[in-house]
Amino acid sequence: MGIIETRNLAFEYIRRDEEGNVEGITRALDDINLDVKPGDFVAVLGHNGSGKSTLAKHINAILYPTEGAIWVDGKDTAKEENLWDIRQRAGMVFQNPDNQIIGQVVEEDVGFGPENLGVPTKEIWERVEESLKAVGMYEFRKYSPNKLSGGQKQRVSIAGVIAMHPKCIILDEPTAMLDPNGRREVIRAARALNDVEEITIILITHYMEEIIHANKVFVMDKGKVAMEGTPREIFSRVEELKSLRLDVPQVTLLAHELRKSGVAVPEGILTREELVESLKAFY
Amino acid sequence: MLREITLGQYYQTDSVIHRLDPRVKLVTTICYIISLFIVDNVIGYAIAGLFLALVIKLSKVPLKFMVRGMKSIIFLLLIAVVFNLFLTPGEAVVTLWKLRITKEGIRLAGFMAIRLVFLIMGSSVMTLTTTPNNLTDGMESLMGSLKHLKVPVHEIAMMMSIALRFIPILLEETDKIMKAQIARGADFESGNLIKKAKSLVPLLVPLFISAFRRANDLAMAMEARCYRGGEQRTKMKPLVYKKRDGLAYGAVVCYLIICIVFGKILL
Repeated sequence: MGIIETRNLAFEYIRRDEEGNVEGITRALDDINLDVKPGDFVAVLGHNGSGKSTLAKHINAILYPTEGAIWVDGKDTAKEENLWDIRQRAGMVFQNPDNQIIGQVVEEDVGFGPENLGVPTKEIWERVEESLKAVGMYEFRKYSPNKLSGGQKQRVSIAGVIAMHPKCIILDEPTAMLDPNGRREVIRAARALNDVEEITIILITHYMEEIIHANKVFVMDKGKVAMEGTPREIFSRVEELKSLRLDVPQVTLLAHELRKSGVAVPEGILTREELVESLKAFY
Repeated sequence: MLREITLGQYYQTDSVIHRLDPRVKLVTTICYIISLFIVDNVIGYAIAGLFLALVIKLSKVPLKFMVRGMKSIIFLLLIAVVFNLFLTPGEAVVTLWKLRITKEGIRLAGFMAIRLVFLIMGSSVMTLTTTPNNLTDGMESLMGSLKHLKVPVHEIAMMMSIALRFIPILLEETDKIMKAQIARGADFESGNLIKKAKSLVPLLVPLFISAFRRANDLAMAMEARCYRGGEQRTKMKPLVYKKRDGLAYGAVVCYLIICIVFGKILL
């Protein structure tokens, strides 16, 4: 069994008017079947309102399925006795760095999760140290979070999750409010965790560049999984991506246009180097 | 303008005062405030001032920071001084039309000003040298016995610590909204008091909405990190009294005795 598994998962937001009558139902997730293996780096892609954040909240048991079921590390999220186990095993990093840092000092914030788990004091300190080192923020441990840049704050948030020793980390648009530098920092930290610590990463994003390193990509649209595959497979379907209102990286788009006008470059080019190499082959 | 408020802001440095147990600092602050209301002569205030100066010196917090925090209470200070100056009955020194400045008034106004300044500075020293988490830990532990009376001590402490953490963020946000509204032609400066108060509505409404949104996000982030109240929670920095804390308590007791002796009994 994978670390995250969903069967026919569906979720409905019910809007009510002031008297509590049902005004409308939005089906945010519809018949989702996922299977994530331990150690995977999964990217979930989709434009606003495609249901990707709703999916993320299901993995952390913040929302429960209306229909179907989701298992995290073999535990059903709908059962209340599993709640804290699931939240410890599947850590979550949110979009806004300011709204998820609780401590006034970096190290206190990283210690917040282990404190909640009832970890003994000495071990909390060890965990805080190792997780801050894992994201390269150890020298900032005495800083106030207000003095850090957005990318640094997000790395602190990631450290706060690692300190709980999760098996999987869900990053819900962690880079949406960051500048390009901050985005790179955060993605690099996530990749390092995946490579070195073999933590399963689920990266929810709408930046195409960030999914290149994933080994599995799900593209969501209107609450359904619209496309599924490796980044290369996904990026070779340029027209389909465009119809889902997603931008394709410029290099991929250029390669695609070249192909259309008769230059025989391969489909699904992801990086500038790859395009250069395949163009060099003509001379 | 809004960023100048230092009350409730932690100043990062390493000093004896920073390393003291937060319970010591809390008790000291309370004692200090009490002492300010006990003494009522110049020597008493001189002692209180000396004590404060010594603590500030030891805390290594630049005086600049304290003074900056004072700016926010200048208005309050002026009101207190003016009222005391004109409304204290006694021997008149200057008479302006119907207003009389009395000898007692000058004395009271001066003391009131000193008292307020010391009070704010004294509590600033505490908040500048103690991280809010530490501070609330101290409060939680000092009020620990109230738990048996079903007072939600942990919850109160957590709320305070979060409130303190969000002060600078919300101030920054206020600044941002203010600038955004000014850019759209809002006027926060001119007009009388009522008009000024009314002009705050376009500032407060977005601020409240954003604060609620933040609260919602934060609650979710806390739950996602397994927060479930104070039960079976361990502490990363448990409070343990050290030798220097005992010494500090001794110093505070000495200070209080000196204050009572010189500020109240003698003279």
